Amino acid sequence: MKIAVLVKQVPGSESALPLNNYQNWIEESSVTFVMNPPDNYALEEALLIKERLDEGEVVIVSMGPDRVQKVIREGLAKGADRGIHIKESPEIVKDPLLIAKSFTTVLKEENFDLVLSGLQSDDTGMGQTGVLIGEMLGASTATLAIETRLEGDHIKVKRELEAGWFQWVQLPLPASISIQSGLNTPRYPSLKGIMGAKKKVIKCISSDLASKQAQTIDKIFIPQTSKQTEVIEADVDVAVSRIVEILKSEIKVF
Amino acid sequence: MDILVVLEDSQGSLHRLSKEAIVGAQELGGKVVALAIGKHCEQIASECLSFDLENVITVNHELVSTYNADGYSNIVKTIIEANSPKIIVTGHTYQTRDFMPRVSAALDIPFIPDIISFSEGSFVKQVLNAKLNATASFSTDQVILSFQSAAFTEENITPGSCSAKAFDVNLDSSIVRSKTEDPFQEDAGDVDLESAELLVSVGRGIEKEENIPMAFELAKVLGAEVSASRPVVDSGWIDSFRQVGSSGSNVAPKLYFSLGISGAIQHVVGMKGAKAILAINKDKDAPIFEIADYAVVGNVLEIVPKLTEALKNQ
Ligand SMILES: Cc1cc2nc3c(=O)[nH]c(=O)nc-3n(C[C@H](O)[C@H](O)[C@H](O)COP(=O)(O)OP(=O)(O)OC[C@H]3O[C@@H](n4cnc5c(N)ncnc54)[C@H](O)[C@@H]3O)c2cc1C
Repeated sequence: MKIAVLVKQVPGSESALPLNNYQNWIEESSVTFVMNPPDNYALEEALLIKERLDEGEVVIVSMGPDRVQKVIREGLAKGADRGIHIKESPEIVKDPLLIAKSFTTVLKEENFDLVLSGLQSDDTGMGQTGVLIGEMLGASTATLAIETRLEGDHIKVKRELEAGWFQWVQLPLPASISIQSGLNTPRYPSLKGIMGAKKKVIKCISSDLASKQAQTIDKIFIPQTSKQTEVIEADVDVAVSRIVEILKSEIKVF
Repeated sequence: MDILVVLEDSQGSLHRLSKEAIVGAQELGGKVVALAIGKHCEQIASECLSFDLENVITVNHELVSTYNADGYSNIVKTIIEANSPKIIVTGHTYQTRDFMPRVSAALDIPFIPDIISFSEGSFVKQVLNAKLNATASFSTDQVILSFQSAAFTEENITPGSCSAKAFDVNLDSSIVRSKTEDPFQEDAGDVDLESAELLVSVGRGIEKEENIPMAFELAKVLGAEVSASRPVVDSGWIDSFRQVGSSGSNVAPKLYFSLGISGAIQHVVGMKGAKAILAINKDKDAPIFEIADYAVVGNVLEIVPKLTEALKNQ
């Protein structure tokens, strides 16, 4: 079983997000980056599948500038076997079709049985890469997976539907499946894993995507609100007494 | 046809987000055609006959009588190829996420998802966990757009009249590779969030499992139920039947008191119907404050225990 896990490096949830000079993205030099949280679940699922089968290979594939090697190493430290870094500028990494074409070129050569990815990235939130790649590879696809069961030459996926509904879908391999958060408990790398990761191979591929971007992000800005909000920014005791007053006289909870 | 709206079947009726997508399509301007697929396609089409549309195309075939990504993507692809709409519009639902990218890849048409508004060829979507908005645009002849829940109001559909016509497709059974089972619900738990008057809702800002009792104690003095955001449920700190949001419950309490919740759209869709929203968050730019009536900028771990004490003395 050969499994690719597509991992993206994104700004952490507590990171500062200052706009860049062109106001078309954030100033990356002051951002703290992490592994995209749903991708972390996808990686864990891949490692669990491999461990259950007691055979196979888990390969981390990540696209972006050199900084993304950090998340590849993190994946290797958790137990993935090797990494592939597709070098690409941050602008391209915002156009889903271009991203998917570039991944597909690399993945095709490797003949993976399974491609796992997070369902959506915390940065651009396009939520389509895994499915685009599935189509381009001619593989079957499923999204919002919250449980997987590998059974011979097919995989059963429990899909999350809206408002607390679920559905099982059975797909033949090869398949590209995007993973919803919460389906497992991602491990932390062990010290041994971190040491071992240093010896594992990361293959660098420079993607030569000459084609034009089909979709671009042109501007980013801070959302404006129209709602009247009372802002309470005070020391704890003052804030507490104001909240008590609101609960009592305005919302009338008692 | 200028615009094709792909409709969604919600247990035999037109999905709310499909109605909103029709409003979006009408606002984009041009000749709008709608497409209904599956065993309920005629019922869904009949809901559209009083709307200002060119017509509604219905497609029923045993391979797509119920939803599956292989079949749906093939049909939508066929209809696009036959009619060359410039814009393909749909609601940003789980089903859209599941098959629309297949259409995008197959036809090499970019897909700009989860749009909240637009003006003159530029489409606004949330990025970076809703902390910022972005305008996106496309440089191709055709584009696929999906609209976020509540981007438009269904009451704003322009009325009119149109007719439905069936479209016969030839689908080879080898196209559908997946086997789809019937949808089901899991144990709902013994808490009825949807009719709760008061909710204390816990987010990742509670920081650790050991701090969860703090929220239950506050809820107890208020006579409130406890709900949670997804990461808190994913971490196993709170039962999944307490989750609020697109994959959890839809709540509309008198008070929604959120503790360390950032306000991501998938959470907000489940609670924006609350009469009053009181939010504590240490980040003054947290998106939850955009919809809150009361925005308390501060540390949950410091405020909540003191608040609980103060309320006990009331
Ligand atoms: C398809 C899909 C479906 C989803 N369904 C749901 C759903 O049903 N429900 C749901 O909730 N989410 C859902 N999500 C996830 C959603 O996108 C967000 O990731 C999630 O809502 C974030 O939860 P949070 O606000 O608790 O955590 P975070 O986004 O991490 O926010 C934590 C907040 O706490 C604040 N904070 C941290 N420490 C403190 C402190 N000590 N005091 C005060 N404030 C503090 C931070 O400033 C931050 O704003 C879904 C996502 C997808 C893609």
